[in-house]
Amino acid sequence: MTKIANFPPATLEWKKTNRGLHIPVPEMDEHASAPLTCYPCKAKDMQAIALPTARVPQWETRAVEKLQELLHKYRGLQVYLDICAQCGACADKCQFYLGTGDPNNMPVARANLLRKVYRYYFKRMERFAGAEAEPFNEEVLREWYTYFYQCSECRRCSVFCPYGIDTAEITMAAREIMAAIGVATKYVTEVVAKVYERGNNLGIPGPAWIDNCQFLEEELKAETGKDIRMPVDEVGADVLLVMPSADNFANTDTMMAYGKLFYALGVSWTTSTYANEGGNFGLFLNYQNMKKVNRRILDAARELKVKRVIWGECGHAWRAAIYTNTLNGPMDFLDPPHPVHICQFTADLIQRGAFKIDKTANDDVLVTYHDPCNVARAGSLLEEPRAMIRATCNKFVEMPANTIREKTFCCGAGGGLLTDELMPIRMAGGKPRAEACRATGATYLATPCAICKAQLPEVMKHWNVGVKVGGVHDLLSKAMIL
Amino acid sequence: MNDAAMIWNLFAGVLIGLAYLSAFAFVAGLTLRLFLYFKTPVPLKIVQTPGPKNAPGVLARMAGDALIFPNLFQADKALWLGAWLFHACLLLIFVRHSRYFLYPVPELVIDWQAISIYAGFLFPIPALYLLWRRMASARVLFVSGLPDFGVLILLTAIAATGMLVNYYARAYLVDVKAFILGLLTLTPVAPPQHPVFIAHFILVCLLLIYFPFSKLLHAGGIFFSPTRNQIDNVLYPRYVNPWNEEVRIDQNR
Ligand code: SF4
Ligand code: SF4
Repeated sequence: MTKIANFPPATLEWKKTNRGLHIPVPEMDEHASAPLTCYPCKAKDMQAIALPTARVPQWETRAVEKLQELLHKYRGLQVYLDICAQCGACADKCQFYLGTGDPNNMPVARANLLRKVYRYYFKRMERFAGAEAEPFNEEVLREWYTYFYQCSECRRCSVFCPYGIDTAEITMAAREIMAAIGVATKYVTEVVAKVYERGNNLGIPGPAWIDNCQFLEEELKAETGKDIRMPVDEVGADVLLVMPSADNFANTDTMMAYGKLFYALGVSWTTSTYANEGGNFGLFLNYQNMKKVNRRILDAARELKVKRVIWGECGHAWRAAIYTNTLNGPMDFLDPPHPVHICQFTADLIQRGAFKIDKTANDDVLVTYHDPCNVARAGSLLEEPRAMIRATCNKFVEMPANTIREKTFCCGAGGGLLTDELMPIRMAGGKPRAEACRATGATYLATPCAICKAQLPEVMKHWNVGVKVGGVHDLLSKAMIL
Repeated sequence: MNDAAMIWNLFAGVLIGLAYLSAFAFVAGLTLRLFLYFKTPVPLKIVQTPGPKNAPGVLARMAGDALIFPNLFQADKALWLGAWLFHACLLLIFVRHSRYFLYPVPELVIDWQAISIYAGFLFPIPALYLLWRRMASARVLFVSGLPDFGVLILLTAIAATGMLVNYYARAYLVDVKAFILGLLTLTPVAPPQHPVFIAHFILVCLLLIYFPFSKLLHAGGIFFSPTRNQIDNVLYPRYVNPWNEEVRIDQNR
């Protein structure tokens, strides 16, 4: 198990009170997480995603130009950099500060890493008044590369800021600036490059995807005795389902649940080997790649002549999906409403009585629900997954109120952090979620996000919380009578 | 004319100049900045969820942000109380001051007179609390820069000199009003000859000059915060990013 050398939380006491979870705030420990950085990008991946393959000449100047460009393009960035009162209300709200105690992981301090450069070049008066200002240089770049990749862009801080300052947008801007001068992480760039090459984040080739689908069909046959199909590249299907590719490979219970769902409804559906990924890592890199990854889904939808696109159980897929209309719209060649998340689709059908459900099938577990930051806080799906769980389980318990819904803690690996070299950061950042889960005594943690499903089992194991992690549709699948 | 009178006249001139300069810096600086926010595009609709579903809801949210700081309340109750009292006192003090530059004095200002005076007494308490908090909390101290202390000290000094004017320069209030109205009507007259008033006035001018270049911009900027001033309807109708088309992507097929 990963050793977390200097991180403080182990000794702090977390307990449930009637006002929610008591969240102990660690003492500041400067530079505690400074050594933990992602592996740098490779030239071949950068080439594939139209970014500089090496640090560009005059990168300092180039970075400042890029900052200026972004300031003219994003009102949020401009306003947030200007108006932060440095009040510190957000300081103890980030799971990465709570987990590491490193002051640069306080949202306001993280934002200040960019703000001090902004002040240096664009806020002469503040500089004159003695505010911290620094030119963009190697040292600053190192801080940026470290701490803007210890932020999962989860937006928890924004919920507690009196002006709604969204540090995630500041992180995004910093990453976009770094990308423009040829600085990015191996994990994020590799994933985007794989999407362009193979259609999905995991790099599953088309034939393997088809194989996996056939295998799952056989599994379903063995389980239910019915011919439940897992269609691939079927032109003219009603629905194109874009799920996280991990569902085809790791979270197969969720994938089989989709199959059962459409079988029960009698709706024809398909996946696409061109766009068999809902997830959009472009979101963690720059606008151009986000747009391009997103574009593939609409291209596949046009090619397969489907009537609707439904996004599967994935967090950042949904966060990018809600911008589809802006990025690559209009989507009017599809039936409204669009875009649609599978939880919206299913919750609506359950409410209309489309399925026969035996809730007692889930009586062996006490279920709790983790709001993925991207589904809940960024994607506004607070009720739908809960409605699904209530309709399929008798035993459902919420985690403490200050850790769910729009105040949810990130699993600790969103925003492109789900990579092995960041393991200590991931475990530290996952601590609040683990403690909130422990407080419920639940045995099944449902969550509609592939990143969470990959990260949380490790977190729970690390912090000794005995809970199984799985999808929301998995519960429906178990309770559905075909 | 003797020397003292000459020096005084010169000083009065400088003070009047400073007054106009600071008024100009404040108005022009703030207008330009807010106009910059206004004209900078919002490419993606990113709203703090759960958000208002219609325009009146947005207005209510923004009014709430400006008046009662609901997010801060969730974040930190003590800070909320301190910050709210701080801003409430400032508002009352500001309302009270309008009797120096409005003629005739509005009913409202006269009605508020009684409470406003207490605001002046109360103000140092939240101000000193905020200052104390900046130093006492390691986390807040870590992010505090010189201007963060400076602004608090400046405001406290303005309030303190203001209270002193109220007590030691009361007799000059007629002159004060004449001076201010003179400035406003562009027919400046000499300021009242009282050091406490003059100190108070100079400090206010400094605040006005610094305002548009500092974090104090949150006073107007809060209304431009995209997470708080938009309708939470990203899915429908289609939201258009004005510069989306400029971002080229090859088809890569
Ligand atoms: S967006 Fe999330 S991870 Fe980033 S600073 Fe805010 S709370 Fe922390
Ligand atoms: S809560 Fe908002 S205003 Fe306060 S320090 Fe954090 S980002 Fe700045």
